[in-house]
Amino acid sequence: MAKLFDKIKSFVDKKILKNTHKRENIQSDFVLETRGLGISFGGLKAAQNVNLRIKKNEIYGLIGPNGAGKTTVFNLLTGVYQPTEGAFYLNGEDLTALPQDKINHKGIARTFQNIRLFNNMTVIRNVMVGLANQPEYNCSLFESIFRLPRHFKVEKAMRQRAKEILRIFDLEDERNNLACNLPYGKQRKLEIARALATNPKLLLLDEPAAGMNPNETEDLVNTIKTIRDNFDMTILLIEHDMKFVSGLCDEITVLNFGTVLAEGDTKTALNNPDVIKAYIGG
Amino acid sequence: MKIVKKNLNYIIIGSVAFIMMILGIVGLPLSITELLEKIAIAIILAVSLNMVVGFLGELSLGHAGFMCIGAYMGGKLAALLSSSLGGTNILTVILALIVGGLCAGICGFIVGLPALRLRGDYLAIVTLAFGEIVKNIVENSDFFGGQTGLKSPQFIKNRFILFTIGFLVVLLTIFVIQNIIKSKHGRAITAIRDNEIAAKATGINVTKYKLMGFVVSAVFAGLAGALYSFTCSNIQAITFDYNYSIEILVIVVLGGMTVNGSIISATLITALNTILQTKLGGSFAVAKDLIYALILILVVIYKNAPALKDFREKYNLGNLWRKIFKHKNDPSTVRDDATRWDVVPTKISMDEVLSTEIIVDNTGDNSADIGERGGNK
Amino acid sequence: MEFLNTFINGLSVGGVYAMIALGYTMVYGIAKMLNFAHGDIIMVGAYLIVLFLPINPIVAIIAAIILCAILGIFIEKIAYKPLRGASPLAVLITAIGVSYLLQSLAQIIAGPNTYYPDPLSKLFPEFMGEPTYGIITIGSFSIKLSTLITLICVAIVMTALTLFVKYTRTGRAMVAVSEDKGAAQLMGINVNHIIMITFAIGSALAALASILTTFDASKVSTTMGSLPGIKAFAAAVIGGIGSIPGAMLGGIILGLVECFAQAVPAIAPYTVTIEFSLLIIMLLVKPTGILGKKRREKV
Repeated sequence: MAKLFDKIKSFVDKKILKNTHKRENIQSDFVLETRGLGISFGGLKAAQNVNLRIKKNEIYGLIGPNGAGKTTVFNLLTGVYQPTEGAFYLNGEDLTALPQDKINHKGIARTFQNIRLFNNMTVIRNVMVGLANQPEYNCSLFESIFRLPRHFKVEKAMRQRAKEILRIFDLEDERNNLACNLPYGKQRKLEIARALATNPKLLLLDEPAAGMNPNETEDLVNTIKTIRDNFDMTILLIEHDMKFVSGLCDEITVLNFGTVLAEGDTKTALNNPDVIKAYIGG
Repeated sequence: MKIVKKNLNYIIIGSVAFIMMILGIVGLPLSITELLEKIAIAIILAVSLNMVVGFLGELSLGHAGFMCIGAYMGGKLAALLSSSLGGTNILTVILALIVGGLCAGICGFIVGLPALRLRGDYLAIVTLAFGEIVKNIVENSDFFGGQTGLKSPQFIKNRFILFTIGFLVVLLTIFVIQNIIKSKHGRAITAIRDNEIAAKATGINVTKYKLMGFVVSAVFAGLAGALYSFTCSNIQAITFDYNYSIEILVIVVLGGMTVNGSIISATLITALNTILQTKLGGSFAVAKDLIYALILILVVIYKNAPALKDFREKYNLGNLWRKIFKHKNDPSTVRDDATRWDVVPTKISMDEVLSTEIIVDNTGDNSADIGERGGNK
Repeated sequence: MEFLNTFINGLSVGGVYAMIALGYTMVYGIAKMLNFAHGDIIMVGAYLIVLFLPINPIVAIIAAIILCAILGIFIEKIAYKPLRGASPLAVLITAIGVSYLLQSLAQIIAGPNTYYPDPLSKLFPEFMGEPTYGIITIGSFSIKLSTLITLICVAIVMTALTLFVKYTRTGRAMVAVSEDKGAAQLMGINVNHIIMITFAIGSALAALASILTTFDASKVSTTMGSLPGIKAFAAAVIGGIGSIPGAMLGGIILGLVECFAQAVPAIAPYTVTIEFSLLIIMLLVKPTGILGKKRREKV
């Protein structure tokens, strides 16, 4: 059944969705490498020739004025949009034009600019949804329906692991609340927790500090650093708050009108005259 | 105690079925056995439709179509077997149930695969069309008896066996659907309902899980149809029209889009309907429809109108319950998978705007992500 | 000749579908809801014709159109307006409730009788006399009077509606509301007012459609609106829901398919199947419909 399903799906992908990108893996020392990544909507080039190189355990910032194409790059990297040019590689493996869930399985997880939680589910279940795809929690529909021992074993293990993840974010006490009842800051954290639960190699954070007060922001900086150290994680984030970026990121890329304006280590890139011009104008 | 509380619905339905079976052996009037069969069928239909509407957050307007397939396939098989096995033999019934369920499930797969890839109301439209197609084909095909309907073996003697089987299927339905929902697969399904974009980003294969929910729902609708085929001697395609699908949907919605709510509302509405129809008859049967419609509109407006939100929060049954029983609102007792239907975001968002232009699609991007189309929520 | 006749029949049947489909499309585009009570407005319109026909056919037609428009506004105010901002499913269920309500009310008021009003024979008694009975013959070509009137009406209504939406203030406000309700409100458009007008126009069109069907002296019953309603909805989707030319095109395509399918004896019983299969195939090939706009979701 599953095989038939895959066959039909790949047929639909090829014939109806016209998904013709040929994937070729490359040798790469970087966790994420993009080569000439770009997309155009009709005539509008939303992102163009984006070349990111992100090393392991790095916190990498993607900054730029409003409408610069930052979120578009995220959408390309997570398969929401299919790039019209270029390709991207995770540890050398070409993931271009894969469906969103496959990209997530390969190891890219993300959060959203406007929080997208599973609002009518409890906090712990939100995280457990993220855990479900890992091979160690595998459990077929049949086993679940007929409540075979495997089901209980897997459920228990998932609950345990979810609690551990929530503990890192100080959310363990809230685990039985509905996600929509959490305060804003905790919702942001829960979203990161859910992304982490999918066991990614690269974590994409879309404006994680948006709408937070200075205290919460500082707390977030620490949390992100903890995530990197504890989970051996590489993080790519979008942010507007320059203080936040310069305090956290090792390297940054500055985008403007869909093209790369400057890149390199945080200080040099931020002092680049083009960047200052783009932000301040003139 | 906890086990009893968790499985209350099985226990109640099981014991009711058991008592009725004992009474049935002693001898129940035909009207009551018929009512029990109707209730069993309604519960199966409602609980299975709730899988799609309540848990998957999609709208299906062709549930009667799947039931129709189950009824005709099961009924035809029983009719074919009646010479060799006997039309109302238990083995025949089981075979008919299996065949009816399987055929409906296959149709669910075929219908669901394309429709569920698209976001928005497409499933509602496609199932609506599907229901009409099934009805039209069946009533014109000689194999299924054509316009006169399909002659199928009806339980006349030992009628209690039929509702006993019916209630066993009810238990099976609740068992399967409840267990799916309370597992990682169910979590994936409710996650898709809550936020499809986030679900995809969290690694859920959205099409697969949507299809899973939809096919399971279709299978049980097929089972209900096969059961139905034994309650009457002549299956008419007109029974399974669009209005019947809507009736099931109304039962699910009035039940609050939970499993237990669907069971209760299916029982009450079917019983009320049947009793009112037989007791009042004639002219009042029309007034019944009117009252039914009015209640439906008023309940929906009362439960959903944004203007009445404060009023609802102040005076509701839940608060009353808490007041009477001094029940504390302890966070650990919060029911998860809350399927309050006023919060279920059913996707009526193909979101095309009114236009008088004739649009030529020259955007030139071939990404054609039809899976992503839909409106800003 | 046979072909031409079928074609013209198809156009007129399709024109009626198109008129009903316009109501679906406009309401969907502006209020973002599937108005399942729309089909029953057709039924109400037909009953109004039955009611007023003894007075005068012209009075009956005008009364049906105006009263249906008022009914549309009334339904919107009572049933849909309180739910603005609530979940779409709630609105949909209310629409279903309204549809039940209209049907049962009609049943109570009109009773179980079926009627066959024939306004055309009262309007044009000279044409309806024997032996031609409403058939106009020009040379070797003959056309039914009802078909001719339908075609003319449909052409006028569609042109008028297109011009209305394109060139009047209200029409442009409608497009604005459908594009972005919030922004339209900020621009000083009274959204409630626009939605009300939409319902009025949609219902008036449904009434007109029902009048055109009664010209064929067809049966009037409480469930007469369901099937044309669903088919018109299919037409709206085929053409691209939200698109006014799309609804017209979809309706006419569906009408043509219906008439040509019915002209072939072998497949005539399966007309409904063919029509709805067309809908499903359309959704597979181009989910937005023939003239629908493609929009991208913002993530």
